[in-house]
Amino acid sequence: MDILQYLPFDLPHPALLLAGVLEGTVLAAVLALTALGLSLVFGIMRVVNVAHGEFYMLGAVLAWFVTTWVASVTGGPPWLGFAVALVVAPVVVGAIAAAADWLVLKRLDYDPEATIVATIGLLYIIQQLALTFYGPDARPVVAPFDFRVQTPYFGYSGYKLVVVGAAIVLMLAVWLVLTRTRIGLVMRATQYDRETAQAFGIPVDTVYAGVFALGAGLAAIGAVLIVPIQQAHYLMGGDPLLLSFIVVILGGLGSLKGTLVAAVFIGLSDGLISTLYEPTLAKILATLLVAMVLVFRPQGLFGARAA
Amino acid sequence: MTTDTDRRTLLKGAAAIGAVAAGAQLLPGTARYAQAQSSAPIKVGFQVHRTGIGAAYGRWYDRTTKAAASLINEAGGINGRPVEIVAEDDGTDPKRGAEVIEKFANLHECDVAFGTLFSHVVIGSAPRAGELKLPYFVVSEGHHVASGMLNRWTLQPGITDVRSQIQSMAPWISDNLGKKVTMVYPDFAFGHDHRKYFTEAIERLGGEVLEHIAIPPSETSFFKYLPKIPRETEVLYHVMVGPGVLTFVKEMGEYFGDSGPEIFGFIDSLEAVDIASPGLEFLEGSHFWEGYPRYAGEDQSEHDAFYRAAVGVDDNGASLSDPKDVSTYAHMFGCWETLHILKAGMEAADYRGPQDRQALIEAVEAMDVFPESRAHPQGSKLFNGRTHQAFGHQHISRVEGGRLVPVHRTSIFDTVYEDQTDYTKTSF
Repeated sequence: MDILQYLPFDLPHPALLLAGVLEGTVLAAVLALTALGLSLVFGIMRVVNVAHGEFYMLGAVLAWFVTTWVASVTGGPPWLGFAVALVVAPVVVGAIAAAADWLVLKRLDYDPEATIVATIGLLYIIQQLALTFYGPDARPVVAPFDFRVQTPYFGYSGYKLVVVGAAIVLMLAVWLVLTRTRIGLVMRATQYDRETAQAFGIPVDTVYAGVFALGAGLAAIGAVLIVPIQQAHYLMGGDPLLLSFIVVILGGLGSLKGTLVAAVFIGLSDGLISTLYEPTLAKILATLLVAMVLVFRPQGLFGARAA
Repeated sequence: MTTDTDRRTLLKGAAAIGAVAAGAQLLPGTARYAQAQSSAPIKVGFQVHRTGIGAAYGRWYDRTTKAAASLINEAGGINGRPVEIVAEDDGTDPKRGAEVIEKFANLHECDVAFGTLFSHVVIGSAPRAGELKLPYFVVSEGHHVASGMLNRWTLQPGITDVRSQIQSMAPWISDNLGKKVTMVYPDFAFGHDHRKYFTEAIERLGGEVLEHIAIPPSETSFFKYLPKIPRETEVLYHVMVGPGVLTFVKEMGEYFGDSGPEIFGFIDSLEAVDIASPGLEFLEGSHFWEGYPRYAGEDQSEHDAFYRAAVGVDDNGASLSDPKDVSTYAHMFGCWETLHILKAGMEAADYRGPQDRQALIEAVEAMDVFPESRAHPQGSKLFNGRTHQAFGHQHISRVEGGRLVPVHRTSIFDTVYEDQTDYTKTSF
């Protein structure tokens, strides 16, 4: 007699579980990169960057421009344009972010409330500029390489698995920069105490511009990685912004470890709940979780307790 | 600064996202002020999806509408008056759609409103058009006109509706592909029409729908929906809209490889997308519904050749000026045909101005046949004045060598169903 028939629930089919884990891992990887940018900016500058999702969108749109341009000029293979985009998009987006910091945020003296309103304005400006110059269509970017992995139940995009690997490498690099380099030390000192850092000769303004550029650049890299999977579209910044906020609140304010753990948790649970039940349910539960965390552990999972 | 303040700051940011999302619907459009005099042109308010998830359709509805309007004007206009198209972007958003209707009636003083595709925008706009007593000619495919859900001021004479399309497709699917079907469709009114009418149709034929998979039209990632397709599925029936359609079909290919079920799609899933795009090779041999065949075949009619040239579409269904700019060929003919019906209706009603709007509706309700012609290049149609809905031929095409090749054309009578309403009995 089959013992499984006495279980009070049906076991999900292994195909569903596998699909959920795969999709969840890809989401977690990209989310970790994107949320890391938001978390860094908040942790060091105390700026809540509502325009973060638009930097992500800008990365994807630039990837389309760069790959199209490289393909038309050199006629080279897709990976060539993609490699150029992987460098150009984050640098350009970072430069735009640094300019926004210098033009807007610095002049508001990084006042937390004023910068929220300012970044909302930035969101609209970037989104409408993308609509004006890129247009309302979703455009595909050809994946740098494409192979299909056959599981026992279904096929899966090999490129998506490569995205996971690339995201891990990038996060390791960010961690090394923050903990092992002089630049990282300067950033951490600025985060710890802005005035004292300035008194010790740290150019705080430059550090802030650099951090804002780095945060935006991370979002842009995440978008370049994802755009062969999802297409570039001027409204694509909304979802990553919301998910990044969920991750940052769950993980704890300014805690990079918390951001990573929360990204993996939200990514995997979103993947599994989406495939086993409904994608909408996954979003409902994630938002509910944020509410619960704010009520019972307001500092987040890894955030420092209030003094 | 304490962590507590930080948390509040962050929460304000999160609240701001909500405010931004709400505010996105309030972005101002461009307002054009124009004089309205009795000698002025006939103004057709064109509600167009210039932005939002319907933008690809909007671009081609716009081109088709302009081509039809200039053709009508070259031939002397309507009742000797030129036609002026007053276009307003509705953002593919029902709330803005209703605002646009308001602007047509009160700001631009248009004679009629016209052109909407996405069903949720039609359903959001039609009640306002009815209140303003503004004739509203939609080009939507949705079943909401013929179902009796809307009002006497809303008509769909230039394009067939989902219910009749499905009714004529289902026997072919059941005979040629299989009887155990899984449906993938967008989770809003248009997709719900597919769900209801295809499920009923296949059950009448002794088949069944094993699973209904509804996907939000703004979705960007589709893989997570695919494992819900039961393994005993014989036919996968897909219809998808929005900016993510190419991703949807590509991910379906990755999922199934060469070992999937038979695939029957509505061309909506690949409107404005090149069938020969990388990643779509697996579609070879699969079938699509087409309202109007995208590729000009050997049996192309002279009317199709004329219409294609006037709109600027090549034999592959792409723009003459950019072969990568693929049209929404299966749908956009509806704009062309509707404008010609509007001309015929206004001339029959001897339309002089807004006081004759009611007479215009009655004149269109009195129509019954649109013969195939330059004005109706897609083919002859029957019009039911009671339900305000047109009925026409439908096509099934097979993907062969990265092109769509028509394999079956239904008769108009395969698409006709009993009346569900009689708008002529309702008051103006």
